Amino acid sequence: MRFAFTEQQTEFRDAVRQVLTKVCTPDALRAAFDTPAARTERWTTLAEMGVVGLTVPEPQGGLGLDLLDLVPLLEEAGRSALPEPLIETTALAAPLLAAFESGQAVDWLERIASGEVTAAVAPVDVISRSVGSTAGEAAVPAAVGADLYILSSASGVHAVPSTDVTVTPVPSLDPTRRLGTIDWEPTTTTLIASGEDAREALAHLADRASVATAAELLGLADRMISIAAAYAKERNQFGKPIGSFQAVKHLLAGAQVKLEFARPAVYGAAWSLGQVELAGSPSGSRGASLAKAYASDAATEAARVSLQVHGAIGYTWECDLHLYLKRAWALAESWGSSADHRSRILASLVDELHQTQS
Amino acid sequence: MNNTTDGAMDLRFTPAQEEFRAEARHWLAANSPAPGSLPSLDTPHGFEAHRAWEQTMFADRWSVVSWPEEFGGRDVGILEWLIFEEEYWRIQAPVRVSQNGVFLLAPTMFEFGTDAQKARFLPPMASGEEIWCQGWSEPDAGSDLAGIRSRAERAPDDDGWLLTGQKTWASRGAYAEWCFGLFRTDPDAQRHRGLTYFLMAMDSPGVTVRPIPQIDGEPGFAEIFFDSVFVPDSQVLGGVGQGWSVAMATAGSERGLSLRSPARYTEAVSRLVSLYAERLDRDPARAARSADAVAQAWMDAEAYRLNTYWTACRVLAGGTVGPEASANKIHWSETDLAIYRAALGLLGPEAELTGGGGVAGNPWLDGFLFALAGPIYAGTNEIQRNVVAERLLGLPRA
Repeated sequence: MRFAFTEQQTEFRDAVRQVLTKVCTPDALRAAFDTPAARTERWTTLAEMGVVGLTVPEPQGGLGLDLLDLVPLLEEAGRSALPEPLIETTALAAPLLAAFESGQAVDWLERIASGEVTAAVAPVDVISRSVGSTAGEAAVPAAVGADLYILSSASGVHAVPSTDVTVTPVPSLDPTRRLGTIDWEPTTTTLIASGEDAREALAHLADRASVATAAELLGLADRMISIAAAYAKERNQFGKPIGSFQAVKHLLAGAQVKLEFARPAVYGAAWSLGQVELAGSPSGSRGASLAKAYASDAATEAARVSLQVHGAIGYTWECDLHLYLKRAWALAESWGSSADHRSRILASLVDELHQTQS
Repeated sequence: MNNTTDGAMDLRFTPAQEEFRAEARHWLAANSPAPGSLPSLDTPHGFEAHRAWEQTMFADRWSVVSWPEEFGGRDVGILEWLIFEEEYWRIQAPVRVSQNGVFLLAPTMFEFGTDAQKARFLPPMASGEEIWCQGWSEPDAGSDLAGIRSRAERAPDDDGWLLTGQKTWASRGAYAEWCFGLFRTDPDAQRHRGLTYFLMAMDSPGVTVRPIPQIDGEPGFAEIFFDSVFVPDSQVLGGVGQGWSVAMATAGSERGLSLRSPARYTEAVSRLVSLYAERLDRDPARAARSADAVAQAWMDAEAYRLNTYWTACRVLAGGTVGPEASANKIHWSETDLAIYRAALGLLGPEAELTGGGGVAGNPWLDGFLFALAGPIYAGTNEIQRNVVAERLLGLPRA
């Protein structure tokens, strides 16, 4: 057993952190809130570093790596609240296209690796593993201004160019989510998978999205806790830093403990999804659900306590904290809430129990 | 050992580790008493029954697998120890009556003990012949352990120490043969200074033990009174006046990896899921109300398992466990509580039933009472949160 990242993986993570610290500052986030865009200079920079094409096969100009390699980078994206769609494009769309070797998939992969296109992926309900939810068609993240849309219909999974869709923006608390509803007609030219292939692809998609989103939530939680810890050290009341009071310490410590235990859950799940015998298995899916539920809870707890530690200043538009809070709240409910995932885990455990008994 | 310490992430065990697992499983299946068949280890009869089980394990070198062979172990690494624990809890083998010695004192003795001390104390500890209790807390020194007042003065013949004072909440104290603990050797030194780590025979003249019935009615811990108890110099562990730093190594073990293997929780949640499935058939409405708590308990145990292996691999790669041990202690103690609270919720009106044979007659209730102690001992969770805030997040001390 070697449950750790390689030196190469941590070095790549450090390099991405260094770049994002410069190009994804709170000021840059504010600009993105004002004018959300799918492709930016930042995206080009990340493409040049190989981040965007990380999961694109080498023949198509990518690095040919997998979700496990991407997870530390997604954590960095979360830490900086990167507004661009790394989850949708690199964690979801590229591996899905790479699994189906059609001519158009190859073309899309090349354009993803070069940083020319960003993707939007219609959410799959993690419980039913079908498109949308029982509450109705969910708005699609990263939809406004995307170049490629991964959509599903009764006929299968489609890779649809922006020319074939009409996107109606849906306002979000976090404008960089670029939510939209999508009007489109499935055609045979856009179809990349059908039948059992499509069902399997959607099941994998739900698990991969859960883990990728969980990774971003880890970074967000870490960032919110460190912003609040820094503030608790410098803000004085009653003649001393508020961080010296136990009531404040215990809030932040509680969030930190949740985060510490969410990390290995996410890493373990990412590893499992890369194993042929585990990906899509009940145990692999439970791992993905554990990762998402734990990371969501860690991030929402970090959001709540970091705001509380700031007091009134944290409740202002001026304080940078809200830029991270809003992303955390959005991602926590995206690709299954922690309650959804708990429910999925329990159903799976009971199924397994009945199978071993019969 | 076949641990890969470089290369890509891989959560699978090596074939050698799987072989070790199979051997442990086979031996435990052949030798372990049936689950729940031994009387409570907090009764005189139960204590001896648990000691006999330790002796059975020791005879085939399963009592202390991670120790060097010369002391009765198998010299295996931390991952193998975790594998052994998985098998131990899977079969629901008895609670370890020797755990204070094996898991808390032994790591300290390996680090600070003289060769003579190791040769004298470790083998009978491994065999269960000598059971240890710990003498940390005092009536006025609980979470504030540095407030210890029990003192040690040089003996008249200058060949040892005379110990005087009172220790309390000593687990296994009612029946143990030996006790380890801290005493103040320099009356002028304040707080963490001037403390010394002693090893005391409980049958020494001047030792008085008063068992304290715990919340379940059994004498699980005791008060220990010391009245000029002679302890030879050979029973000082680490240097005179070094007691605090020596003891903190043990406290780290108690909070961190070695005492709490994840297997006890993963095993308990698997029984919890079975209970849920059974209740789902009998009383679906009540089961549904507990579903979220059951799933959360399963997740907490699984997250603990993954975190333990993550930490173990970090240690194998040369890392150390510092303040993370405090985060760990908070998590396992709250996990334990979450598991049993979920179970009691599923049981509903049956939760309080003991069946007339004491708390042990209802394993879920027994487990719940046991779990309630977790956030208190080994440093309360409030103290651990201070450690996390100050040492992991850099917040200022009060």
